[in-house]
Amino acid sequence: MDKDGPTPLERFIRGILPENPVYRQLLGMCPVLAVTNGMKPAMTMAAAVAFVLICANILISLIRGLLKPHLRILVFTLTIATFVTIADRFLAAFVYSMSKQLGPYVPLIIVNCIIICRCEVCASKQNVLTAASDAVGQSLGFTLGLASLASVREILGSGTWFGIAVLPSAFPTWVIMLLPPGAFITLGLLLGGVNWIGGAWARRPAKSP
Amino acid sequence: MEYLSEIILIAIGAALINNFVLHYFVGICPFIGVSRRVDMAFGMGCAVIFVISVAAFLSWTFTYFILRPGAPVTTWVWGAINPSSEAIVDLSILNYIVYIFVIASSVQLVEMYVRKFFGGLYKSFGVYLPLITTNCAILFACLMIMKHICGVPAGQMWGLGEAMTLAVFAGIGFTIAIVIMAGIREELDHCDVPGPLKGAGITLIVSGILALAFMGFTGVDRSLAELFK
Repeated sequence: MDKDGPTPLERFIRGILPENPVYRQLLGMCPVLAVTNGMKPAMTMAAAVAFVLICANILISLIRGLLKPHLRILVFTLTIATFVTIADRFLAAFVYSMSKQLGPYVPLIIVNCIIICRCEVCASKQNVLTAASDAVGQSLGFTLGLASLASVREILGSGTWFGIAVLPSAFPTWVIMLLPPGAFITLGLLLGGVNWIGGAWARRPAKSP
Repeated sequence: MEYLSEIILIAIGAALINNFVLHYFVGICPFIGVSRRVDMAFGMGCAVIFVISVAAFLSWTFTYFILRPGAPVTTWVWGAINPSSEAIVDLSILNYIVYIFVIASSVQLVEMYVRKFFGGLYKSFGVYLPLITTNCAILFACLMIMKHICGVPAGQMWGLGEAMTLAVFAGIGFTIAIVIMAGIREELDHCDVPGPLKGAGITLIVSGILALAFMGFTGVDRSLAELFK
């Protein structure tokens, strides 16, 4: 086990901003773009990803001693597929309309790169506590990314936030924001904004020594 | 004639109108990652077409004969074990696990084939070939096929022809999108892009504009359907 690596707390904080899965690592773009036309589907998706990520990370960390190098990716995907099936059945049973709306994007969590990446980078090498805190941090970061994109798209696209009207009805809603092009362009601009703020933040100490 | 027009509509729908990358947002990772040079993008597209066809063939077979509610093989096995039972056997809860297994093994198969017979191509693909396993487009095609088999009345179920058409043309649509993107990105290298947008940012904005262009195909299927009537 790597004793010199970041502590569980550091890993937790890293997942939220410095290594944010959406803006920094650019992982798991399919759900990010596809389900963010409203806050409700985005948050449901974030919860499903968080469940799968945390469970898979803990389980992989528990069985890390048994993993064979050439079979590990297969074990990861099968573990993730099992948890995704559980999440999918759960959504279909309790929030049926949301499950209908998310459609095939819930099963697509299986091939979401974030989860495989975290299993490979962290869970298969660290103990359970570290793996769990890493998973929680990463899923909070993912939630943050989804929430920012979904807020912009829902407010501009339909004038509501979580279904509550926030803009005056005189505001012309930008339908394009709810359609595929709006997702690409908004994410591109937000990514540019995050990079710009990050760059300015990194240059800051040099200006005021 | 009706069958033929249905096939044509599925093909055009998968390749252009509901392009996998620009309408359903699946396969974004290779779309952004491998779209730097046109020849690489074309190679990636061909690999995806091949894997998606193999995976669609296998997953259609498994879903139709084994996994769907009341599938022939499972019903026969259940009847042999328990002749007096009237229950309909439904294994569709195993769908996702079977699909990911099928995809992983067909990628492995393609990798071995390419390494054995096309050494040069194998070297130039490098890490991207195994990465096709986690390409959402493949699993998405399997899920689309599943949607048209499980929980659909027997008469409207997709046969192998429809499933293969969807898969092959979805792969072609992916290739079209990624090759166009690679061509644009080769030109973008000579442009003065604002610093923070360099790399993924400008790629996403360009794909947004491409998606806007592909929205122009909306409705083509409806007018074609009228044409065939």
